[in-house]
Amino acid sequence: MLQKEGRVRIPSGCAISGIFQKDGSRIDGSHIITSIATMHDRSNGLGGGFAGYGIYPEYKDFYAFHVFYDSQSARDGCEAFLERHFDIVNLSKIPVRRHPRITDEPMIWRYFVAPLPTKLEASQLDEREFVARCVIRVNDQFDGAYIFSSGKNMGVFKASGFPEDVGEYYRLEEYRAYSWTAHGRYPTNTPGWWGGAHPFALLDTTVVHNGEISSYDANRRFIEMFGYRCNLLTDTEVITYIIDYLGRRLGLTLEEISHVIAAPFWSTIEARPPKERETLTYLRNAFASLCVTGPFSILVGYEGGLMALNDRLKLRSMVVGEKGSTVYIASEECAIRVVEPALDRLWAPRGGEAVIVNLQEGGASHGD
Amino acid sequence: MAIDFLYPQYEVVRNPDRCITCRACERQCANLVHQYDVDFGHMVSDESKCVCCHRCVSLCPTRALKIVKTDHTFKENANWTGKAISEVYRQAGSGGVLLSSMGNPEPFPIYWDKILINASQVTNPPIDPLREPMETRTFLGKKPGRIERDADGNLVNNLSPQLQLNVPVMFSAMSYGSISYNAHASLARAAVELGTYYNTGEGGLHQDFYQYGDHTIVQVASGRFGVFKEYLEAGAAIEIKMGQGAKPGIGGHLPGLKVGPDISRTRMIPEGADAISPAPHHDIYSIEDLRQLVFSLKEATGYKKPVIVKIAAVHNVAAIASGIARSGADIIAIDGYRGGTGAAPTRIRDNVGIPIELALAAVDQRLRDEGIRDQVSVVIGGSVRNSADLLKAIALGADAVYIATSALLALGCHLCRTCQSGKCNWGIATQRPELVKRLNPDIGCKRLVNLVTAWDHELKEMMGGMGINSIEALRGNRLMLRGIGLTQKELDILGIRHAGE
Amino acid sequence: MKRVYVNEKWCLGCHLCEYYCAFANSGKSDMVKALKDRKIAPRIKIEERDNISFAVSCRHCEEPLCVKGCISGALTIQDGAVHIDPDRCVGCCTCILSCPYGALSHSEQGAVQKCELCQKNGAGEPMCVQGCPNKAIVYEER
Repeated sequence: MLQKEGRVRIPSGCAISGIFQKDGSRIDGSHIITSIATMHDRSNGLGGGFAGYGIYPEYKDFYAFHVFYDSQSARDGCEAFLERHFDIVNLSKIPVRRHPRITDEPMIWRYFVAPLPTKLEASQLDEREFVARCVIRVNDQFDGAYIFSSGKNMGVFKASGFPEDVGEYYRLEEYRAYSWTAHGRYPTNTPGWWGGAHPFALLDTTVVHNGEISSYDANRRFIEMFGYRCNLLTDTEVITYIIDYLGRRLGLTLEEISHVIAAPFWSTIEARPPKERETLTYLRNAFASLCVTGPFSILVGYEGGLMALNDRLKLRSMVVGEKGSTVYIASEECAIRVVEPALDRLWAPRGGEAVIVNLQEGGASHGD
Repeated sequence: MAIDFLYPQYEVVRNPDRCITCRACERQCANLVHQYDVDFGHMVSDESKCVCCHRCVSLCPTRALKIVKTDHTFKENANWTGKAISEVYRQAGSGGVLLSSMGNPEPFPIYWDKILINASQVTNPPIDPLREPMETRTFLGKKPGRIERDADGNLVNNLSPQLQLNVPVMFSAMSYGSISYNAHASLARAAVELGTYYNTGEGGLHQDFYQYGDHTIVQVASGRFGVFKEYLEAGAAIEIKMGQGAKPGIGGHLPGLKVGPDISRTRMIPEGADAISPAPHHDIYSIEDLRQLVFSLKEATGYKKPVIVKIAAVHNVAAIASGIARSGADIIAIDGYRGGTGAAPTRIRDNVGIPIELALAAVDQRLRDEGIRDQVSVVIGGSVRNSADLLKAIALGADAVYIATSALLALGCHLCRTCQSGKCNWGIATQRPELVKRLNPDIGCKRLVNLVTAWDHELKEMMGGMGINSIEALRGNRLMLRGIGLTQKELDILGIRHAGE
Repeated sequence: MKRVYVNEKWCLGCHLCEYYCAFANSGKSDMVKALKDRKIAPRIKIEERDNISFAVSCRHCEEPLCVKGCISGALTIQDGAVHIDPDRCVGCCTCILSCPYGALSHSEQGAVQKCELCQKNGAGEPMCVQGCPNKAIVYEER
């Protein structure tokens, strides 16, 4: 019998795409669907998903939890847990439209929540850590319940299917975001579990990834020391946790994080000026177990920004395009040209070279 | 007495058609096996003295010699084997403890040989080490687990002292005394050339070798031989030896016969005096005492050198390692029961301790379960025989390995396991000047460098096959391993799946 | 010019150099065939007393007394190496007497023999060097 994702590790190839509006203006989800649909053949209909930032301005101060439930009892258990730890200001089913190619759907619920002050205080954790631990706990311990999106003013939408079908199913044309990322999946096995689709998210960090990292178990066994539980056994999950750990918990900048994950080769480091050499050597040594090897191209979405990063040898394709204040990043150039034929600039970042774009000062959706 | 008679274990077979009576065998055998018989006009041999070290065989210019196992036999008995019977005879005659050397030779399972390695196919690409960078440089030492920034926001280097290894292989502790001056010279020079470290063992550091200090780990053992301030300061790291895989729970004994002027000076003991290492450190009867010694050594050397604590792999090794990780030590070295020795009681060598593969897996997992794996580096030894063992060790969770038996083999050792006699025909485990000179460090150093370089090449090839181009991504990457012919319990301890899963 | 040098520190006194020398200059393809049941007359010889031993062979001096003293012109310097032409040697032994190192000796073939760095026998690198188990004999430029 085929095992569900999380019981077995499933290698997969993929397509990724991202659109980022540096001026903070928001666009609906149809563009990103058009973009990812162009790379149809990079997916095989076994997983697609999107992340949008700035989509819930009316609830921007609350954590938006998107949850899959396999059963009513799973929902009851999870909701009881959420009620014990959070003030739930709104809950509803996520609106979807019936779609002939999207089947076997779980129950999909959305909650806007804030941690209960008493619980938060008793935990002696900062708010984000508290929320992160609650999410990890649900996903680790509540069978049949899976929180697949947990940030503020952002959301992940994913399912088993081709990404363009998933986008239609979730009615993404009704959401407006300043940052969109999308993922089409080509897993080499057929678990057909929705939780296994990407993006993968923790708090406001989302990751879409194309590749199969060879460092997986080294990274997983290391990051699990810090309270993370890699239940899905996917690259994306572990990369998300690494970024969360290095960024949110340790305080490294995204660029520094890129030097840990896609660490420059020693020969490259040795050719750099002394000061930079020292910093790069420090990062490689101090966080050695978080070096990621093997092919990957990732888009890391976060509140107010987007980072694109290739593995150190650039074993996966990724191109970046710019038009005005809009930045496009995709596995293939065609996925950019289809939504913006007249680009100001187009380039392929080098392996290990992070491309980081942030909202400009005064960007409409920036900040709380 | 007839009752003590034991038929020799080996027979020296000399092909008379080939022997040219050059007498090299006679001149080279410190055990006096060969002799030229003037009356017969040919060579004769006394095989009762033969230890099967192959010195004569290797030097015979006409390949006229070979050593074979005798077919002389006791009456077949699966329980009372010839070995078991002979040992009773020997002890009945001598009343003494049986002594042996080098590692446990008994047919226990070798887990390395029951683990298989992965490779990339289709979904991700193998990497060709001849075309792309392939990195095996490793740093050993405590990692900070947090960052600090200066006033300008720049990252501050808050790492504890680290050891940089250009290849994740170090030469394990072997004292000057247990092995020869030339063996030490070979190891030291090879460590420098390879960009790694060798280990003084517990016999102090010969004055001539202070020049290699940057690539030397100085050991502090229970006998404290040769330990003084300059010695501690000379090394790149300090190792506290709590135990040794070949003889966990007991100390050491260098017979006075081997304590000549040089060794006496280096060990700081009188010439001709037995050098006896107590079983425990008498200032360490518990883990909190260890912490005191760790910090005493750090205090003495200005917190500039990492401190290694070396233990033998025993049953509760994981719990002990956890204690050591919290003791302030920067590196834990674990020595498995196949680790070698210059002399150990046979019963202890062959029955005490556990396999390094299981110990390593248990320790690495325990430290991760406790969230402290990053506070120490883990180095393992105790029969790493080739680059596949090395790779498997790193994938199970080791930061680097210690090799000693492999290194001695590179220097000419033929594993005759008679080190305790002090008559090593290969110039390694001896202090007799005419034997010591048989090991020319120019040759020794070159062969050690060759060996480790070859392993490094093979390691890189195998890493490339897995699509891994930096050693840190291999460390603890147990998904790259599968067991073959192992029970579920063994797989669980090793933390790997069975082949086909 | 490359010459054979000896480092007594590493000489084990195994005498193998003598046998390899005798074999190299025997013209035989097999050492057993060449040396079995024969007393060897090598061009390199081990000198030993107590715990010191070392091999002695022709040093190929820049101003060799043997060449100076040779009455028949059998000894010549070719590319720095001292060679002997056995056809011209008259067996007067002047060279043996004049060499301060004792590096020349009688040959079984009647003439005088000496180390010619294995340049004439097809051994390649001098056979004593190849056969030394401890690199006490080396062939190098100094």
